[in-house]
Amino acid sequence: MKSHVVKICVLLFLVIGIQLITHWTDTQFYLTQLTMAAYYSLVIIGLSVLMGYAGQISLGHAGFFAIGGYLSASLTTHNLIGLHDTTIITMLSGMGMLVSGQDLYGEQLLVVTPWAACIAAIMIAALIAFVLGIPVLKLKGHYLAMATLGFGTIIYRAALASEYFGESDGISEVPGFILFPEIAGIGPLAVSGDFGHRVENYYIAWGLLVICLILLLNLIDSRVGRALRSIHGSEEAAEAMGVNTARFKLYVFVLSAVFAAVAGVFLTHYNGGIGPSEAGVMKSVRYVALVAVGGMANLWGALIMGVSLTFLSLRGVFGSYDDAVFGSILIVIMLFAPEGILSLKIKNIFLRKKEIDS
Amino acid sequence: MTFDLFFQLLFAGITYGIIYAIVAIGFNIIYNTTGIINFAQGEFVMLGGMISISLLHVVPLPVAIFGAVLITMIVGALIEMVFIRWLDNPSVLRLIIITIGLSILIREVALHIWGESIRSLPYFYGNEITAVQFGSVRFSPQILWVIGVCGVVVAGLSLFFGYTSLGREMRACSANRRAAILCGINTRNMVTFSFMLSAGIGALAGCVMSPITYTQYDIGTGLAIKGFTVAVLGGLGNSMAAVAAGIILGILEAFSITIVPLAFQDAIAITLLLIMLFLRPHGLFGSKEAAGLKEF
Repeated sequence: MKSHVVKICVLLFLVIGIQLITHWTDTQFYLTQLTMAAYYSLVIIGLSVLMGYAGQISLGHAGFFAIGGYLSASLTTHNLIGLHDTTIITMLSGMGMLVSGQDLYGEQLLVVTPWAACIAAIMIAALIAFVLGIPVLKLKGHYLAMATLGFGTIIYRAALASEYFGESDGISEVPGFILFPEIAGIGPLAVSGDFGHRVENYYIAWGLLVICLILLLNLIDSRVGRALRSIHGSEEAAEAMGVNTARFKLYVFVLSAVFAAVAGVFLTHYNGGIGPSEAGVMKSVRYVALVAVGGMANLWGALIMGVSLTFLSLRGVFGSYDDAVFGSILIVIMLFAPEGILSLKIKNIFLRKKEIDS
Repeated sequence: MTFDLFFQLLFAGITYGIIYAIVAIGFNIIYNTTGIINFAQGEFVMLGGMISISLLHVVPLPVAIFGAVLITMIVGALIEMVFIRWLDNPSVLRLIIITIGLSILIREVALHIWGESIRSLPYFYGNEITAVQFGSVRFSPQILWVIGVCGVVVAGLSLFFGYTSLGREMRACSANRRAAILCGINTRNMVTFSFMLSAGIGALAGCVMSPITYTQYDIGTGLAIKGFTVAVLGGLGNSMAAVAAGIILGILEAFSITIVPLAFQDAIAITLLLIMLFLRPHGLFGSKEAAGLKEF
C-alpha cells in the first residue's frame, strides 16, 4: 500500500511538473494531446483490470466509449423545443435537467444539461454492459473475442446508420461540460476545448485519471481483486474455493465499461464532437494493444504505455503508419514479452541467453 | 413480393452465402489442426483478390488466379513459420492477439501497396450485363462460377482429408495431437500446411467473388466476422455444415433488405452470431457432447 502512495505522489509531481515546464517553455500546445491521452488512458486502465486481472478479453470497448460520448453529445445538442409540451419534457424541466438558450441564429434552444446527460450516458452504458455481460461472459477465448468484436461492430453500424447520431458526420458543436458553476470568484470549471481553458482541462483530465487509478489500485488489493486474480489463474479452482466467478467477472466488465463511457463523455465535451471512427474496431484493438504492451496485470504499465503511445499517436508521430505501428507493437509484444514491455529486464535477456548457451 | 424478385433475392443470397461458406471453410481448416481461430482469415481473401488483379496486367486470367492462390499460400505459410510455429504452448489470448495484429499488418501493407481504390477482376465469362435465363429469372453466370468453385473446394477437401496420407495426418493432428506425435507425424509441419491450405482457399474465394463484390484493402474484417458466424452456425470445424450455414446466412441477409435498411445488413450476421454463441455454441448441426470436449 505504501508503495502505491509513493508512486501516486511521483505521478502527481510529474503531472504538475510537465504543466510547469510547458508553461515556462511556451509549449502549451502539448497539453491538448496530454489531456486527450489521459482520457484514452482511462479506458485503458479499466480494460487492464478486465483483461489482466479477470482474464477476459474485450474487443468492444470502443463501443462503450462511443455509447458514453454519443449519448452525452446527442442529449446536449439536440433541440427538444419541438417536444416542449410533452409531459416528459415538463418533468425533466421541473427537475432542472434542461437548459434553454439561443443558437447561432437566435432560435430558441432547449437541451439537456451536461451533468444530467453525463449521468444518463454512463448509466445506460453500465446497463448495456450488464445486460450484454450476462450471456457474453459465459463464453471463453475465441468466442468471447468474437462476441465482443461483434458488439463493437453493431455500435459502430448503429452510429453510422442513425440520423440521430449524425451518420458518418458524427455530432459536432457539443457544448462545454460545466463541472462547477462560478462560486465566490473561483471557476467556472468547464470541460471544453476552449484554448483559454487548456490548463484547467489538463488538470481535470489528470485529476480524473488519478482518482480512477487510486480506485482501481484499491480494488485489486482488496478481496475482490484477489478473487479476480484467482479467476485468471483458474476459473474452476476459483469456483471450487467458493468464488462466485460469474458475478465478479460481470462486475469488472461493467466497471470497465463505465470507465470507457466516462472517458467518452469527457473527451467528447473536450473535443466538442464525436465521430463514428471512435466506435471503430481499430480503436478497440488499439486499447487491447495498449493494455498488452503495458503488461496485462499491471495497471502502472498500462498507464505509462497508454499515455505515452497515445500521446505520440495524437501528435502524429507515426503519420500514415499509425495503425501499422499499433499492429506491429501488438505482435512484437505478444511474441517476445507477453507479460508486457516493462517486464523485460536487460538482465533477464542476458540470463536467458546464458541458459540457452549452457 | 413478386415471384421474380423472390428468385433474384434467393440467387443473390445463395451467392453471398457460398462466399461466406468458403471463408468459413478456411477458418475450419486452421481450427481443426490447431484450435486457433485465425482472425487474419479475411485478409487472405483480400490478398487473393488484390494479387490476382495486379497479376492480370501481365498474364491471362486463369494464370493470374492460379498465381494469386499460390502467392497467398506462400504468404500464409510464411506467416505461420515466422509468427506462430516457434511459440511454446501459447495461451489462447496470446494467439488471438497475435492473429489480430497480423490482420492489421496485412491490411496496412495492402493499403500502402494498392491504395484505397476499389478494384475488381473482370467477369470470368461475359461481362456485367451477360445473364443466364432460367425461366423468367435472369442471373449472372458468375454465380455459377462461385457455386462451381465452392463445390470443387468442398469435394476436393473431402477427398484430400479422406484419402491422401497428408490429409489423414492433418486429421490425426486435430484428433489428438500427442498421439499424432507418437505416430511420427510432424505436427508443426501439419500446422504450416493448414495455414497454407486455408490461405489458398481464402485467396480462391477472393478471386471468384471479386467481380461481384469488388475488392478493397479493408474488406477482410467484415468477411472474417461473417465467415466466423457461418463457421459457428454450422458448428466449428465442420466444412460441409458450413456450406449449408453459409447459404442460410446469405439468404437471410438478402431478404432482410426488404424489411430493414441496407445499413443494418451487416448487423444481421452479428446478431445471429451473438444469438448462436449464447444459445447453441456448438452450431446448428454440431453435437453438444462433442463440443463439450473442446475448449472454447
